[in-house]
Amino acid sequence: MIEIIQTGPFNTVQDLGRPGFRNIGVTTSGAMDPLALKVGNSLLGNETGAAVIEIQTYPFKLRFAKATAFVVTGADCGASIAGRPVQPWCALPAEAGQVLELGQPRVGTRAYICIAGGIDVAAVMGSRSTSLRGAFGGNEGRFLFTGDVLQFGEVSGPLNLPATGIAVIDPAYALVDVYPAPEDGALLVRAIPAGEHSLFGEDAERFWSQTWKISTQSDRTGYRLMGEPIRPTTPIEMRSHGVVSGVVQVPPSGEPIIQMADANTAGGYPKIAGVIEADLWRLGQARIGSRLRFVRVTHAQAAEVEKAVAGFIDDVRATSRMVSGALQAMK
Amino acid sequence: MNASAAKITPPANALALDRNGARVSPIGSRAFLLEATGEFDLAAQRRIWALSRAVELWGEILEIVPGMTNLLVVLKVTPEDPEALALRLLEAWEQAESIDLTGRKIEIAVTYGGVHATDLAALCDRSGLSDREVVRIHHEGTYRVFALGSAPGFGYLHGLDPRIYMPRKTVPSLNMARGCVTIGGMQTGVAVLTGPNGWNSIGFAELQMFDPMSDTPAVMAPGDTVRFVPASIEL
Repeated sequence: MIEIIQTGPFNTVQDLGRPGFRNIGVTTSGAMDPLALKVGNSLLGNETGAAVIEIQTYPFKLRFAKATAFVVTGADCGASIAGRPVQPWCALPAEAGQVLELGQPRVGTRAYICIAGGIDVAAVMGSRSTSLRGAFGGNEGRFLFTGDVLQFGEVSGPLNLPATGIAVIDPAYALVDVYPAPEDGALLVRAIPAGEHSLFGEDAERFWSQTWKISTQSDRTGYRLMGEPIRPTTPIEMRSHGVVSGVVQVPPSGEPIIQMADANTAGGYPKIAGVIEADLWRLGQARIGSRLRFVRVTHAQAAEVEKAVAGFIDDVRATSRMVSGALQAMK
Repeated sequence: MNASAAKITPPANALALDRNGARVSPIGSRAFLLEATGEFDLAAQRRIWALSRAVELWGEILEIVPGMTNLLVVLKVTPEDPEALALRLLEAWEQAESIDLTGRKIEIAVTYGGVHATDLAALCDRSGLSDREVVRIHHEGTYRVFALGSAPGFGYLHGLDPRIYMPRKTVPSLNMARGCVTIGGMQTGVAVLTGPNGWNSIGFAELQMFDPMSDTPAVMAPGDTVRFVPASIEL
């Protein structure tokens, strides 16, 4: 059991989301950085999609009421436990009574606290993720408050973590061949042209060539971008259709919106592009006010990235199991 | 591998296949949208329902989302050959025979006008109709639930009289109440969440549209017939 001692708004319980209900208008939700969640859970021997705490406002503090193991993934927020520094991406044991503390992030924006056994809240429509818009799922369908108590699930076997922990290389470095480095301080986000791309005429090229800024009107629902407006050559009134996170829609203002984890399940604005699945986590870690550029790729290229990332997560799981097994044998 | 973006040659054209009254285009790496390009009518929607039934059996599908004369399919993994997938979808569309869904009949009591009808005046201006006529035309209509989406349990209703079509707003209302009876383009529906909304409100209904703890969380389902019954008219 853990108790939340200090929290800002909008910190929620999330898993990999609630797919399968878009056809009744239920957004998928889930972690904005699913890679951080998967790596954290794999390191702890949890199910890949176990529920974790997503932190996006700081400082954040919790107390472990029972000994367990945990890892902080995603943003590097200078975490500490019982006053000792906690490296991100490093699974550590926690003693009963110890306090885990997260400060303002130095790199990235969303941190994930993963705990052995996963956060045990009731699954609603097949998922433990919080649907803030729908006010259900997660912890009572709302963000966490100070004083909230969360249970964690049973673990099948002991984790055998050394006191110094088991760490994985930050995916930003481990996957450096897979993810392009920023150019002139702009995050490169790979995307595929979408249905109305050609209706933007010459503005379509300006969509790809210019650097966009993530506006303050950005959250788990979507990111509004600021830049030189782009518009279709003639206005279009579309029939509503299903959308997925990563879709880049262009409302009449001409400044694109990228729909994120808590997005509407349907839309009618012309869509110029769609961010590839494997790059969504990087957007999830992008800060308000930071800049990005879209890079046009093919499905084949997107599939290659997706495979490399899946391979990395499998490696983390296998290595963690091996190390844990070896430590058990040494006892 | 080297996926360094700077070295990637962009594909010449966007993938968008247009054939025999349907068009397929991608949304990101794992989702594909098939849109019927003909009339916005029940016949097209019946074929979309048939297509949905066929496609949901495919092994690579994570989920399908029927929309307004369109169908979004989301795959479990990114396909390496998107064109093959697009062609399969178009073939399935060509083979899709019209089916009808025998839905329930739902009556929704509406307070037309009043504080929630924030866009009734604008609709009168655009249509050249009086507020009474707009309200009468709206509640005399019989509507079919074509699809659910956007927000939990929200039903997109087809059957709006063209005289009261009204485009979505350029600047959405920031805080429209749950229950507002709205018009968005050629569609009508009842807002299920309080929040930003680009549709035009002409009235208010109390009906609870969604319960996440129920076995059937959404009240409406595609194929249902909906009638709006004026509980009161406040003009």
